[in-house]
Amino acid sequence: MGRNNNQLIKSIAGVIIFYALIKTAILTGFLNPYWQRVLDQSLIYVIGSLGLSLIFGFAGQFSIGHAAFFGLGAYSGGLVSKMLGTGSIPAFLLALLVSMLFTALVAYLIGKPVLRLQSDYLGIATLGFGVIVKVALDNANKLIPEMGGATGMTGVPQVVTFEWVFFFTVLAIIISRNFLHSTYGRVCTSIREDEIATSAVGINPAKYKMLVFVFGCALAGLAGGIYAHCYPFLHPSSFDFLQSFNFLIIVVAGGMGSLTGTVVTAVGWVFLQEGLRFALGEAFMDWRGVIYAVLLIILVLVRQQGLFGNKEIGVLAPRAVLTKGGKKNAAPES
Amino acid sequence: MEFFLEQVINGLQLGLVYALIALGYTMVYGIVKLINFAHGDVFMVGAFLGYFGFTYWGLPWPVAIIMSMVFCAILGVVIERIAYRPLRYAPRMIALISAIGVSFFLEYFCSLRFVFGANYRVVQRPLSEVSWQIGGITITNIQVLILVAVVAMLIFLQWIVHRTKMGAAMRTVSFDHDAARLMGVNVDRTISFTFALGSAMAAMGGVLYAIAYPQIQPFMGIMPGLKAFTAAVLGGIGLIPGAVLGALIMGQVETMTAAFISSQLRDAIAFGILIVVLLFRPTGILGRTETEKV
Amino acid sequence: MPLLKVSNLCKSFGGLQAVSNINLTLEPGEVVGLIGPNGAGKTTVFNLITGHFPPTSGEIVFEGNTLVGKAPFEICNTGIARTFQNIRLFKDNNVLDNVRAAFHSSTDYGLLGAIFRTPRFRSEEKRITNAAINLLETLNLANRANDTAASLPYGDQRRLEIARALAGSPKLLLLDEPAAGMNPSEVVNLVELIKNVKAQFNLTVLLIEHQMGLVMNLCDRVVVMDFGEVIAAGLPSVIRQDPKVLEAYLGKGAFA
Repeated sequence: MGRNNNQLIKSIAGVIIFYALIKTAILTGFLNPYWQRVLDQSLIYVIGSLGLSLIFGFAGQFSIGHAAFFGLGAYSGGLVSKMLGTGSIPAFLLALLVSMLFTALVAYLIGKPVLRLQSDYLGIATLGFGVIVKVALDNANKLIPEMGGATGMTGVPQVVTFEWVFFFTVLAIIISRNFLHSTYGRVCTSIREDEIATSAVGINPAKYKMLVFVFGCALAGLAGGIYAHCYPFLHPSSFDFLQSFNFLIIVVAGGMGSLTGTVVTAVGWVFLQEGLRFALGEAFMDWRGVIYAVLLIILVLVRQQGLFGNKEIGVLAPRAVLTKGGKKNAAPES
Repeated sequence: MEFFLEQVINGLQLGLVYALIALGYTMVYGIVKLINFAHGDVFMVGAFLGYFGFTYWGLPWPVAIIMSMVFCAILGVVIERIAYRPLRYAPRMIALISAIGVSFFLEYFCSLRFVFGANYRVVQRPLSEVSWQIGGITITNIQVLILVAVVAMLIFLQWIVHRTKMGAAMRTVSFDHDAARLMGVNVDRTISFTFALGSAMAAMGGVLYAIAYPQIQPFMGIMPGLKAFTAAVLGGIGLIPGAVLGALIMGQVETMTAAFISSQLRDAIAFGILIVVLLFRPTGILGRTETEKV
Repeated sequence: MPLLKVSNLCKSFGGLQAVSNINLTLEPGEVVGLIGPNGAGKTTVFNLITGHFPPTSGEIVFEGNTLVGKAPFEICNTGIARTFQNIRLFKDNNVLDNVRAAFHSSTDYGLLGAIFRTPRFRSEEKRITNAAINLLETLNLANRANDTAASLPYGDQRRLEIARALAGSPKLLLLDEPAAGMNPSEVVNLVELIKNVKAQFNLTVLLIEHQMGLVMNLCDRVVVMDFGEVIAAGLPSVIRQDPKVLEAYLGKGAFA
């Protein structure tokens, strides 16, 4: 248990130090409000990307519709908060709960039929689902005027502070890690590696594909719920398939099957985009998309396995088990 | 009734353009198992080049189409060479990300001021629209042009795939790269040729699209690209007749939804049908169902 | 009561009759070899027993309960484990996790237990890990526990599949060409290993194999298939002499 406690203390210390650094940066004015928002956004992306990382990176279920769940979370939670109108913390938490549960429910209903599909076909079906959600959000005002439809939705109480985002990010990371370092995580990676062999060792792949899909989408929903409470303007185009590509790129570029990769890449990705805006200045803003695209192509060309491969660092790494005659941490195979 | 028939013809027009894009998707998928997300953007480049050709460079429109096709064929080959070939035996998702990267690159690069610019451009049609009344239905010369062009292209494609040595090579490579290599097929060249052919057809689709729906901008390829890909899956990906069939269905579905239900819902319904088809026939309408070997 | 009783089993793929009218009975504790030329339908019989394909007709009864219509995971959980001819490991996962995954059905904690790391989670993880390491030790793989499965040499991969199959505490083990690709000394070791494992885990074994040495050394009985049918069955020493069997392997007129 020694290592366990050690790890725990180290990770708590890490979280506190990280928080303290950010707070100091904010208080000293080093991190101005603009970059604070970028930071908030990057952490929201971490939560959403973790969801896709579980679904795709670990369980191998190709989804190009992740942004749709992000959007459903944003709109459902945002709507609850807007209707309640109080902007109180309990209302906010209730809204987040609704974001997660509603997204999970939709994920279950869509997952029931589509998760039978394999690889590319599943990708296309989820892509199609994403387009459908976008159209639904565009026209949502016809059913519920508060949702604003294609003109966007405003009026969600902006109650989210950095503390909330930070808290939920840490929570999402811990939950994902604990999920993966359990029999459920092993089942997920087994399904990714070989579904037939998974069923031959007594595991029902359909059940666990559904579990991880609902779970991952609920994380996207949570991220959406938080997003709705820290950006005053929700628009369906923020949740279209280009946004789904963002999540997909984060997971693949970070390394399939690496939580560390997902977390680091999600933060890096958002800062890269904003950093380019900052570095290039208004005159060169047009170049941002080009540079972003070129970096993406170069990344996959020079490092196919993504930034982290399937490696983890620190507390996110599973414990290597000591066996007779075995090396404790086996050298990575080439 | 006339209204309905006119919608059928409109749907056919749209479906035929989708078919040109879908063919490229399906051929590339058949041969390298890659969803070439950049294909819709090649279509966009094709549309712009055709437009520049007949608007600014004084080319007769058929020449503009051919010029656009040639350029896009080269573009397709270059894309494959730079962004896909190094990843050919990498995990498929990696190549897919590269394809998304190429797609973004083309969109944003073409949006730059000194390239095409980000704004919508209204296309001055190179041939004035003539319409005929046949039994109460209106048919335009543009619709006839599209029909003739696409049918000619399809015949040409059938000829290439089934009657030429390159076509035989394409079919062999799509079956198995290693076996093809052992049979003496130049796999790289065959794949390049497939990209060239697919891209040229997308370019033709782009120019025809710009003539039929005269408004273009650098992001115009995304939705037609997605729908054409959907069409390819719908018909059975990897199958040339499947791509055409799927595209014609997509064209009808979209047009009918816009005409009789709601034009805002057309994308939703088109993709809704896709999902339903996938669930009942995961390998598409013409695709053969395969049981995975245990 | 026989452990497994297969009666009049048929399977056709489109027009191809892969398996026709197979009857097969396994008594508890037996080691039975299923042999025959390539394409005889042996692997299909395995796939039918383990539920990867539904039979066209016929009955498969295991310990008095029918297996027909059950999903592969349900069949595994009734006590039938298998290996695959074309090795199907969880390649990118490490050796230990390949085995630990197969303990899932016997794991006694839920999702919340995993997320909150309850004491039960910890004790179960410890139990599973120890049990998995024991299996790896039995199959001489413990020293590779932290390596990825794909990095193992071929013979080790075959043994890892056996270890993984044993994790579900099966009563019946189906081995599909366990010695394929092994050199003669590895085969000798494998025979010993299978004997040990069979005794230690109280198994009944049905195995497909082409290496006759292994079949003769290991099997109590042999069933010979050709063109989807059983053409002979009996003691290995008798089967070896059967002209029908020789003909199936060597072709008609081989003795003329």
